[in-house]
Amino acid sequence: MGPLASDCLVRNTWVCPKYVRTRSSDLTAALTQHVELTTVSVLIGLAVALPLAVVARRLRLSSLLLGTATVVYTVPSLALFSLLVPFTGLSSTTVVIGLVLYSLTILLRNVLAGLDGVAADVREAARGMGFGRTRLLLRVELPLALPTIMAGLRVATVSTVALTTIGFLVGSGGLGNLIQDGLQSNFKAEVLTASVLCVLLAVVADLLLLVVQRVLTPWARSQS
Amino acid sequence: MTSLVVPMSALGDAVSWLGDLSHWQGQNGIPILTYQILKLSFLALVIAAAIALPIALWLGHVGRGGALAINITNVGRAIPIYALMVVLAVGPLGLGQRVTVIALVLFGIPPIVTNTYVGVRGVDRDTVEAARGMGLTAWQVLWRVEVPLAFLLIMTGLRLAAVQILATATLGAYFLAGGLGFLIYDGFSRQDQAELVSGAFLVAALALLVEGLFELLQRRLDPVRRTDRAGGVSVPRV
Repeated sequence: MGPLASDCLVRNTWVCPKYVRTRSSDLTAALTQHVELTTVSVLIGLAVALPLAVVARRLRLSSLLLGTATVVYTVPSLALFSLLVPFTGLSSTTVVIGLVLYSLTILLRNVLAGLDGVAADVREAARGMGFGRTRLLLRVELPLALPTIMAGLRVATVSTVALTTIGFLVGSGGLGNLIQDGLQSNFKAEVLTASVLCVLLAVVADLLLLVVQRVLTPWARSQS
Repeated sequence: MTSLVVPMSALGDAVSWLGDLSHWQGQNGIPILTYQILKLSFLALVIAAAIALPIALWLGHVGRGGALAINITNVGRAIPIYALMVVLAVGPLGLGQRVTVIALVLFGIPPIVTNTYVGVRGVDRDTVEAARGMGLTAWQVLWRVEVPLAFLLIMTGLRLAAVQILATATLGAYFLAGGLGFLIYDGFSRQDQAELVSGAFLVAALALLVEGLFELLQRRLDPVRRTDRAGGVSVPRV
């Protein structure tokens, strides 16, 4: 007995300050990887979704694009990551490609919905004022679609934070790696600490994007 | 060149893996694993629907708890399924089918609640008033007016839940619950790429099949003849 009995690492408790203290570098590294994977994936998803949605609308292929995206979204993450392994191996690239495909689906749906939601008379007015296609898109359609696009960005980000944990499959799951390790070694503090951090990360990211949305769309504040 | 050659041979390996009759027999054969995952998922969907549908129909009918019905989906999205399953498995439940079924039910509930609530609330209030004026009881209004008109969204909720449940059930293999996810689990742990890709392909195909089946049911069973079908495909006129 003595000092050992009061040691939460030895007793394997859920909450263990000593674990957080002694393994803080592991936790920081996992959290950093988690943030990086999520940020890169969502940003690539957004960079692909915006032009893809605009082009699809011009070519009147929106429903075809949405149908294809729904098919991708239906494939379980475990299967999607595994199907990428022959191409990109056990690497973070596999995780990023998978996460981009999922976030892309959510973002495409919202970008298209936002652009479709622009009232026809607003478009007419802009055209009457001599706006060309590109200026109409950049100055009228995209700003008006911004609240819907930002809503999509928030959903995509929160989902991606959660989904990144599955990256443990190929050894790049951020906090998911710790959760996987905790399962294998039956280490409660590691499992709970990493899980709570993951949920906190999702909440913080959501709040941050909400602030960004408020700043970008000051006109929407009084309405809602 | 190698980067292109490797995936092609991986595809060939997977095809021959799937063609090997020994992989279709025994306890870890494809038919048994498929049966396991379908049984687990179906059970979870029935339990999730039995919990979620009455609550959501009632909330939608009386028009209360909207914030709860919508936010349950947002909360569900922020919780990593894998983390929750590990917490349950390391905690009181241990490894096995129990932890998997509970996780499946928990993550099947939100889409059913949210979509059913939105569907019932979305029914035109004038229509509901008219039904009341004709002397229909609250029960009759729900069953004969609100549920048929909200049918498409109720089915959408069930479809999303089914797909979500199937995806989570794949993870069940990591908790020794069997199912098709076992091929992915086993493929990774033995570094057998042919088994891994075959398993992933079967899981993806099953998910798409379930999705398609629900789409079909949604169209076939719709009690209302609709002129403008929500979520329908609009064909561009050339």
